[in-house]
Amino acid sequence: MSNVQIITGNQAAAIAAKLCRVQVIAAYPITPQSKIPELLSEYVEKGELKAEFIRVESEHSAMGVCLSASLVGARTFTATAANGLAYMHEQLHWAAGARVPVVMSVANRGLGAPWTILNDMQDTLSQRDTGWMQFYCFNNQEILDYVIMAYRVAEEVLLPAMVCFDGFRLSHTVMPVEVPSQELVDAFLPSRKLPYELTPDNPVNINPVVMGDRLPDPEGNICPDYMGFRLRMQKAHEEAMGVIREVGKAFGEVFGRSYELPYHAYQIDDADTVFVTMGSLSSEAMDAVDYMRKAGRKVGVLGLRVFRPFPSKETADILANFNKLVVVEKAISYGYETPLATEVKAALYTNGSNPLPEVYSVVVGLGGKDVNPQDLVGITEKLEKISPDRPSWWHEEELKQ
Amino acid sequence: MSAPFVEIPEKEFVLPGTRTCAGCGLTLAYRYILKALGPDTIVTLPACCLTILHGIYPKTPIAINAVNNTFASTAASAAGLVAGLKALGKDKDFTVMAMAGDGGTFDMGIQALSGAAERQTDFIYVCYDNEAYMNTGVQRSSATPLGALTTTTPFLPKQQPKKDFLTIMEAHSPSYMATCCSAYPRDIYAKFRKAKEKKGTRFIHLAVPCPPGWGFPTSQTVRVGRLAVETGMVVLFEIDEGEFKLTGKSLTMARSGRKKPVVEYLKLQNRFAKMTDEQVEALQREVDSRWEKYLERSEP
Repeated sequence: MSNVQIITGNQAAAIAAKLCRVQVIAAYPITPQSKIPELLSEYVEKGELKAEFIRVESEHSAMGVCLSASLVGARTFTATAANGLAYMHEQLHWAAGARVPVVMSVANRGLGAPWTILNDMQDTLSQRDTGWMQFYCFNNQEILDYVIMAYRVAEEVLLPAMVCFDGFRLSHTVMPVEVPSQELVDAFLPSRKLPYELTPDNPVNINPVVMGDRLPDPEGNICPDYMGFRLRMQKAHEEAMGVIREVGKAFGEVFGRSYELPYHAYQIDDADTVFVTMGSLSSEAMDAVDYMRKAGRKVGVLGLRVFRPFPSKETADILANFNKLVVVEKAISYGYETPLATEVKAALYTNGSNPLPEVYSVVVGLGGKDVNPQDLVGITEKLEKISPDRPSWWHEEELKQ
Repeated sequence: MSAPFVEIPEKEFVLPGTRTCAGCGLTLAYRYILKALGPDTIVTLPACCLTILHGIYPKTPIAINAVNNTFASTAASAAGLVAGLKALGKDKDFTVMAMAGDGGTFDMGIQALSGAAERQTDFIYVCYDNEAYMNTGVQRSSATPLGALTTTTPFLPKQQPKKDFLTIMEAHSPSYMATCCSAYPRDIYAKFRKAKEKKGTRFIHLAVPCPPGWGFPTSQTVRVGRLAVETGMVVLFEIDEGEFKLTGKSLTMARSGRKKPVVEYLKLQNRFAKMTDEQVEALQREVDSRWEKYLERSEP
């Protein structure tokens, strides 16, 4: 029954897209995700996957193809990273505004300039406000699982979704992954249903110019203005959190791995200090916690799986219980702090009650800088010397001071 | 192509209420394009004058399906529509047309168009060329001819000739390629009928005079368009599966040997007010030389 394969993150993403029976794929190669379109083109050419594979000339066009194919009703998939994602930026806004359920996997990589091909999360976190849902994967199993769940959520709430995972650390690392049967995935994810039909009998003008005031249609019905459409997008995101939890629970019932919680927690029951992380960094944090627990320190890990919509209440409810939160992140919002730290503080301010935990924003691992459990132990030992009023950089030049 | 004998259907797809300027050449041409392609057309378009023609939500005067997209991605959007329809088994039900201005084609859209054409995407791409960024207020484009004043070449008229985009597209070997001009609606109708019946990438260049952008009275759109062809500034032709033919008025001109001097076209338009006699002569030489090349390629 169980089919465990030893595969990379890229393989997990490609296999998941195939299991979802994607109908149109358009992608442009960029390290470290190039293996995904390579594998998918192989599935299509061998006849294992019935899909149109469009070998586009750029990432901008990749998203152009996906969003237009999605508008006529096809299930579409693409993959990118770093500057490829940045080049798509305009199209990301367009896809979300057009309310198409495109799913995209992103193998997280640092952005140029200067060039790096190595991992951090600056690429996807920079796309926070495009209107896409964002999921962050802890291991290769989560990549496969989240691609499947992403389609079900996206097609219900009509928002596009990014499935993000660390470049090289997951994209190129083999791990055991349970690959579900096609029958189970088909039962969990039926074929896409379009809420409208494109027909010559009832022509429509999709994504036209919309004014700043609400205007009547020819029958006199008042229709949304631009801001009204934006309000609908926000409401869809707010609704999406509940859908993500329901779908995560249903996934658990079918496949035995529940994603009802928008985070995974490790050793937090009696913790006073908790690492808050995303992606594969949680793995290093768990090793660090095991080490520190042996020395009697009460530490734990909370790894966020969902970043947009942000699970504000869910995270605040649990994080408010601790004394110190150490947000370690492979990204920085220049001129302020690490993006997740900002979100955590805002969530605590909105949903928590005094006394609120101290929140530390720690920048680690940019552009492939290795982060191992000893680094996280080191960060914890230095906390007394770190002021929460500015992000601290876990970097040789800062550590000398 | 014996254009005068073409029957044009009465059914209208451009209904009253377009928001284009008075005397718009694009609007004249679009009416015949849609008559030729019919109701099973999906047009995809970037932000351009055509967006304005399609009206403001929640009303549209256009009675076919339309998908708006970003400026640089018109051909990619078309490729997506084609792929999506094919994946759903509906590709026989629709004709996919991408339509963008010279800015969205010669300039920002060239990458996606080149990619889609190289992949032999099954669609019609139309570049309506009004020779500047008209929708944003008459700024220079690479399609603006030498000697034209625009709002970004306001004192020194454009110093460089128009980009030879037709040669660029011919190098992509489209299955069908044609030029037309809004002043010759029957020629437009006939060429779009032909394009609809073909498979693969079909490229049509449509010259559209623009009264506010070019500086002529709104009553003169057809006259200016005719003069563009009669002087050889615009040459009507088609390349069908690689075979070149002059068509319509240009074919008549080739047979009669009568071609008007370019100055007759230039003098009607304020945008050429600052052209020197030397520039006009240089332009005349360029038009003559290109015309001779077309005559050589044309059947005797």
